Amino acid sequence: MTTTLERGRPAAAPASGPGGGGVPLGRVVAWAAAVAVPLLFLGVFFAWPVAAIVGRGFVTDGTLDLGGFADVLSRPRTWRIVGQTLTQATLGTLGAVLLGLPGAYLLHRCTFRGRGALRAFVTVPFVLPTVVVGVAFRSLLVEGGLLGGLGLDGTRTAIVLALVFFNYAVVVRTVGGLWERLDPRAEQAARSLGASPWRAFRTVTLPALAPAIASAASLTFLFCATAFGTVLVLGGRQFGTVETEIWVQTTQFLDLRAAAVLSVLQLVVVVTALALAGRARARTERALALTEPVDAAHPVRLRDPLDAVAVTVTAVTAVGLLALPLVNLVVRSLRTPDGWGLGNYARLAQPADVLRVSALDATVTSLRVALDATVLALVVGGLVALVVSRRPRRPAGRRAVAGLDALFMLPLGVSAVTVGFGFLVSMDRPLGLPLDLRTSGVLVPVAQAVVAVPLVVRTVLPVLRAIDPRLREAAATLGAAPGRVLRTVDLAVAVRSLGLALGFAFAASLGEFGATSFLARPEDPTLPVVIFRLLGRPGVDNYGTALAASVLLAALTAGIVAVCERLRSPGVGSSW
Amino acid sequence: MSDGLGVRDVVVRYPGAARAAVDEVSLDVPVGEVVALLGPSGCGKSSLLRAVAGLEPLAGGDVAWDGVGVTGVPVHRRGFGLLFQDGQLFGHLDVARNVAYGLAGTPRAAQAARVAELLELVGLPGTQRRDVATLSGGERQRVALARALAPNPRLLLLDEPLSALDRSLRERLALDLRDVLVATGTTALFVTHDHDEAFAVADRVAVMDAGRLLQVAAPAALWSRPASRRVAEFLGYEAFVDVPAHPAAAPAAVRALVGALAPVPTPGTTLALAAGAFVVATDDAHGVAGDVTVLRSRRGRTEVVVEVPGAGRVTALAPAGWSCDPGDAVPLRVDAAALAALPGAWVTSEQHTGS
Repeated sequence: MTTTLERGRPAAAPASGPGGGGVPLGRVVAWAAAVAVPLLFLGVFFAWPVAAIVGRGFVTDGTLDLGGFADVLSRPRTWRIVGQTLTQATLGTLGAVLLGLPGAYLLHRCTFRGRGALRAFVTVPFVLPTVVVGVAFRSLLVEGGLLGGLGLDGTRTAIVLALVFFNYAVVVRTVGGLWERLDPRAEQAARSLGASPWRAFRTVTLPALAPAIASAASLTFLFCATAFGTVLVLGGRQFGTVETEIWVQTTQFLDLRAAAVLSVLQLVVVVTALALAGRARARTERALALTEPVDAAHPVRLRDPLDAVAVTVTAVTAVGLLALPLVNLVVRSLRTPDGWGLGNYARLAQPADVLRVSALDATVTSLRVALDATVLALVVGGLVALVVSRRPRRPAGRRAVAGLDALFMLPLGVSAVTVGFGFLVSMDRPLGLPLDLRTSGVLVPVAQAVVAVPLVVRTVLPVLRAIDPRLREAAATLGAAPGRVLRTVDLAVAVRSLGLALGFAFAASLGEFGATSFLARPEDPTLPVVIFRLLGRPGVDNYGTALAASVLLAALTAGIVAVCERLRSPGVGSSW
Repeated sequence: MSDGLGVRDVVVRYPGAARAAVDEVSLDVPVGEVVALLGPSGCGKSSLLRAVAGLEPLAGGDVAWDGVGVTGVPVHRRGFGLLFQDGQLFGHLDVARNVAYGLAGTPRAAQAARVAELLELVGLPGTQRRDVATLSGGERQRVALARALAPNPRLLLLDEPLSALDRSLRERLALDLRDVLVATGTTALFVTHDHDEAFAVADRVAVMDAGRLLQVAAPAALWSRPASRRVAEFLGYEAFVDVPAHPAAAPAAVRALVGALAPVPTPGTTLALAAGAFVVATDDAHGVAGDVTVLRSRRGRTEVVVEVPGAGRVTALAPAGWSCDPGDAVPLRVDAAALAALPGAWVTSEQHTGS
């Protein structure tokens, strides 16, 4: 029955970590390496390429020149694209939050048969490659498609629907994760004070959820605003985002300066959204620390109006928005000009005429590259999570850790296209070395790892932070040296979340399209690149093969995430 | 004292805190002895314990074992075990692997034998393969105790190990804990805010308040001769009466209190009254009476809160089955066993000769 004051102290003062007094040299070196490796990796493969892009926007022939800005910003096309980006992102975010809240309630606060399966299913769209999402919606909405009669092909509605499809799980998982840990007694107290169920929800539960909703909304906005593959496939010539516009300017108009200016513009949007997300997340983590996990789930009561609304909305969403495009994609992939059959899948093994690369070859390339990228991301992301989870005794140390935390989140938002484009610009002589990395093929896994690192950090970090510092102290008093404490406490606990981190990193790498589309060598394309190429070519056969390849890619990513999710122990959460 | 733990003028400060959490505390724990650190919440007793364990840096003073300073020795090389309030069992390991955690480096067979021996000792034989999540609160603390004892620590530090448990379990486990510590001959420093628990477990009790050590004494001596009013208050003494220069002129209750003690306390000292210093008398022979304000029952015994002229509001014990109404005046007599004199002169001598 020690006071909260006394209990708070040990929590703020861990036994190990950088900044402790009288730390032996070996440990100082080890921690310095743990900080330096990720810093160096992100410095060379993220900060430098991005800086190179920014430089191109501002500097011409060694002098500061804002002419590029004036030029690009005076084009009506630029403002149309910016407007479209913000409108689509806002609508997509609104849709995901409005549909996701009932979903979070139903999947995390209610119990029913098949809840586990439904939870797993709603996560599938989030891990699907963006190109596949685009293909799935397009095959549903094109003329002759199942919903072709609605005339939605190539419209903003189609793009927004696809964005909601993709981000629904972000809202459900983020908000649901907090919701299931909310103490139900606060709401019960409100009810006992005479509040109706709706008033209790509005005045007690909703404010408690606000940080999680804000965090999920900012993330969703971020993902929507930087959407690339989906928008490129669905938007046609009429609709785009800043992200697709950078790609168009680079690859089709060859206007690198305009692309650089747009990248800077993108950075501004992203940093703003990230800052908002970070603040909201900090509040969530504070709130979570105050809440004991409680098992407050109750069986679904259809007579309860709140439950009935949640069931209806979630059923319509799951069937109409999530399942329909996926089922339709599989069905359409089985349709060939000669009737139903596996002809499209048979063509996956045939080298396409110009490429001389079959979809199966590309699959092997994709898996190999994704494996390399995952290993890189796990090493770098794991080190980041380890360093950032420390709580040094000195205020200066704590500020440094907080700064690193924010720094390593940046790649989450900075567009993959900017990273890929930046590699093209800067990696001809990396660090001044006479070594053109652009032709070597190593840049593809590196770029994918840069994209996957924040996913790893966000999955592993909450688990590491949840370890009671006294657990490490208990290990130390039992004679465990700092290295053994790290291995038997931190690592042993983090391993349970590592499976999930591995799954997310692998899925993100496998489906990565933005950076890869810049960097993949023509003779070694990855599967998403091949799908996009096939879509761009005429002919029913090419389209059918693209559908079959999309099904293959979707099955691969969903399968890998499902296996990794099984490795996860119950109760190990993540902020996704 | 060179055998066992020596704490000399230890100071612990937290960044941003106005005053030191532990302020120049000195304390010895000879080998084989169990000392309880007793004090209210926030008095610095846990900070002192963590400083001894090496988990908090010292802002001043020295911690030594057998006369050799350990201040520069990292936690894991001190050989001081620590038992936390909530056990801090490793959730990813089963019972046996938790207990064996501190036995790294010994052969597997020896580990298994030691684990079995300790689980037997704490009353949980055969639980090796249990998942720690399935243990009750009391079982968790027993496993944590076995884990802390397994590497044979030269000193065991216990940080309110029973506080998270409910009362009846706490009282039973306190006795078990004492038995285990005595059976293993463990030198121990035991932090608690519960004086009953401290008295049940420890050979000597050190009372702390506001970062300072107020008194160190064996339980009986502490109870009968608290060194100061603050110590007496913390032990549960509820009223204080100054011995008057001219007892003859004082109220009857004060005369009765002074007269109950031998030797008679000198004027100027303060008498501390615990619950039961007055007992409801069956006759009027003592000349002391009080007005009943509250009548209540505790563990089957009747107690009355009475207003006694000259002593104030005190709790008096009544015979079983006895009853009265609030407002009644009842005859009282004094029970010297619940009475202590607080002479300032005893404080320092007790602190220096007691250890």
